[in-house]
Amino acid sequence: MNDANNPPPLRIRSRTLNWLLKNLFNTWYNSLLTLICLCIIYSLGKNFLYWVFTQAQWTVVTTNLRLFLVGRYPIDLTWRIWTIVGIIIALSILTWGALTKRFLTQITSWLPLIWTLSFPIVMWLIGGGFGLTPVSSDLWTGLLLTLLLAIVSIVLSLPLGILLALGRQSDLPVVRIFSIIYIELIRGLPLIGILFMAQVMLPLFLPSDVRLDRVVRAIAGLTLFSAAYMAENVRGGLQAIPRGQKEAAKALGLNPVLITSLIVLPQALKVAIPSIVGQLIGLFKDTSLLAIFALLELTGIARSILAQPEFLGKYAEVYLFVGMIYWVFCYSMSLASRKLEKQLGVGQR
Amino acid sequence: MPKWCCSILTTIPIFLTLISCSGESRKTVVSENASAPQQVKSRLETVKNRGKLICGVSGELPGFSFVRADGRYAGLDVDICRAIAAAIFNNPNAVQFRNLNAKERFTAVQTGEVDVLSRNTTWTLGRDTSVKMEFAPVIFYDGQGIMVRKNSGFKKLEDLKGKPICTQTGTTNEQNLADQMRRRGLPYQPVVFEDVNTAYTAYAEGRCDAVTSDRSQLLSRRTALPKPQDHEILSVVMSKEPLAPAVAEGDVRWVNIVRWVVYTLIEAEELGVNSKNVTQLTRSNDPLFRRFLGVEGSLGKGLGLTNDFTVRIIKSVGNYGEIYNRNLGPNTALKLDRGLNNLWTKKGLLFAPPFR
Repeated sequence: MNDANNPPPLRIRSRTLNWLLKNLFNTWYNSLLTLICLCIIYSLGKNFLYWVFTQAQWTVVTTNLRLFLVGRYPIDLTWRIWTIVGIIIALSILTWGALTKRFLTQITSWLPLIWTLSFPIVMWLIGGGFGLTPVSSDLWTGLLLTLLLAIVSIVLSLPLGILLALGRQSDLPVVRIFSIIYIELIRGLPLIGILFMAQVMLPLFLPSDVRLDRVVRAIAGLTLFSAAYMAENVRGGLQAIPRGQKEAAKALGLNPVLITSLIVLPQALKVAIPSIVGQLIGLFKDTSLLAIFALLELTGIARSILAQPEFLGKYAEVYLFVGMIYWVFCYSMSLASRKLEKQLGVGQR
Repeated sequence: MPKWCCSILTTIPIFLTLISCSGESRKTVVSENASAPQQVKSRLETVKNRGKLICGVSGELPGFSFVRADGRYAGLDVDICRAIAAAIFNNPNAVQFRNLNAKERFTAVQTGEVDVLSRNTTWTLGRDTSVKMEFAPVIFYDGQGIMVRKNSGFKKLEDLKGKPICTQTGTTNEQNLADQMRRRGLPYQPVVFEDVNTAYTAYAEGRCDAVTSDRSQLLSRRTALPKPQDHEILSVVMSKEPLAPAVAEGDVRWVNIVRWVVYTLIEAEELGVNSKNVTQLTRSNDPLFRRFLGVEGSLGKGLGLTNDFTVRIIKSVGNYGEIYNRNLGPNTALKLDRGLNNLWTKKGLLFAPPFR
């Protein structure tokens, strides 16, 4: 009678209940574990949330928000940053539309070119010159610098990595040995060591009138480092291509250059996308090492903000906020890459 | 084309490169042996041609150098840089600040990457000689102190035997602590950090029983701790820490400029010249003011600057007292007492040679 009177709530409840019973309370020791974990999560989470909402003084973040994002970039030129954000969003929407075949599918093959062309425009907007007020690189700071360092380094290291990967598989002994030595040498060094060489040692070796910009030196260090890893990622992709592809291309009468550029590389790069994105995420976070060399990227500017007399000792708030920014960017990158993989059909040949 | 033609064509560029390379090395030899500074270009010309001064600062030190919310640098060290820029360009904003950490600061000066190092650097004999720095007058007299929790009951260094002590690496603080403990035959656990802020966080979290640094820094940092009244700075002064701007050795003209810019700030306070009354005082009949402000005489010309360089400095950043009050004084969050950093006439150590 009772069962017949209220079956729907029972069914709803039983679904969640079933899930709970199946996954968390299926045996007595699992139930015990669940309860203990709940206790720990509650006690930790309660203190944390209490701190976040009542104790933490977020004014340090709200007053310095601009500083975190665009750093010391001149206030009256902020429109240039907004333009860049606009360009990137527009291009992303275009790419998304074309790749998911929703609209403008005919531009798909032009996308790489459009993105490549947008790069000098973005650099022009940031750096100025050619009619715009120049902004010297010591004012490129905050999240802007972090993104710039990560993206420029990964973009530059891609061609270098492809060359090294091809070089490593080359039949020419000099090229092969050079590539192997380079890759193994760089992979055997810590990134911080390479950055130290680039920031502190390099000026000692260069003649006194040659002064490389600090940002350029940082990008050089990061690019040289990530090129070695990129080479190994691409090599993984190259090795995943069946021999038959190459042989078929040869049978069609293509020469080695065409075989590599038209048949092997496009497939290899497609396979390597997940690891390349993984590397981009890694590099994005590695840029924080540059704070040690007092470059004002996101972590560096956080350290400078912590020295403002009115916000002394607000480490927890500042570092939590900076951590959030890193997480948001890394997570959205990995989301985007997952979408891209699905669209390109990586893993299903 | 005959073979010899080809070989000549290839040899010429190689030959040219070799010539240019050897020319380069000869040039660098000259600049390295530059004991006679008049022969080489002074840094003053480099700075003037560039149109701005490059100044090495810490960027992470409250009251001395940090980035404000509007993106501008501020602090005592920063104002010294602005004063130099004002003297040269009549524009206190013609400065490019470069953050340097404790370790790379001297390399940055030696390689000429920065023109001036204004980064709370302690003047020591070793840095003056073997590190090849040339120090300007002291802009801040400090001494190393040590801070402990009140309830720990520590009263002197001996109480800290075997205890963990936090400090920043690559500083004289680290070395002084080691010296003081060795003199007393006390073992201790040094806990060193690259970043000065982390050192204080570690202390606040209880990782160390004490934290050692310059007393001014300890005072200002104590105000930032969750309960300032629970911490005390022990009376022991472990070292003298005269903080001074520095430039690379072997450029007398440039050193003189930095040196006399600092003296100008001190002399201006002694004479009572400040950013508000300086324009009015240039019309004064007092020969002391007339000479100091460059209305008569040619003191500035001798430095390679304009005669009114003192007016430019004081107009844009004020005298030493104004700079101090703006960055460290009672109206700031740091509230540092002038103490030794007062004029010699007020029981301090600041003294400027006569301007004549």
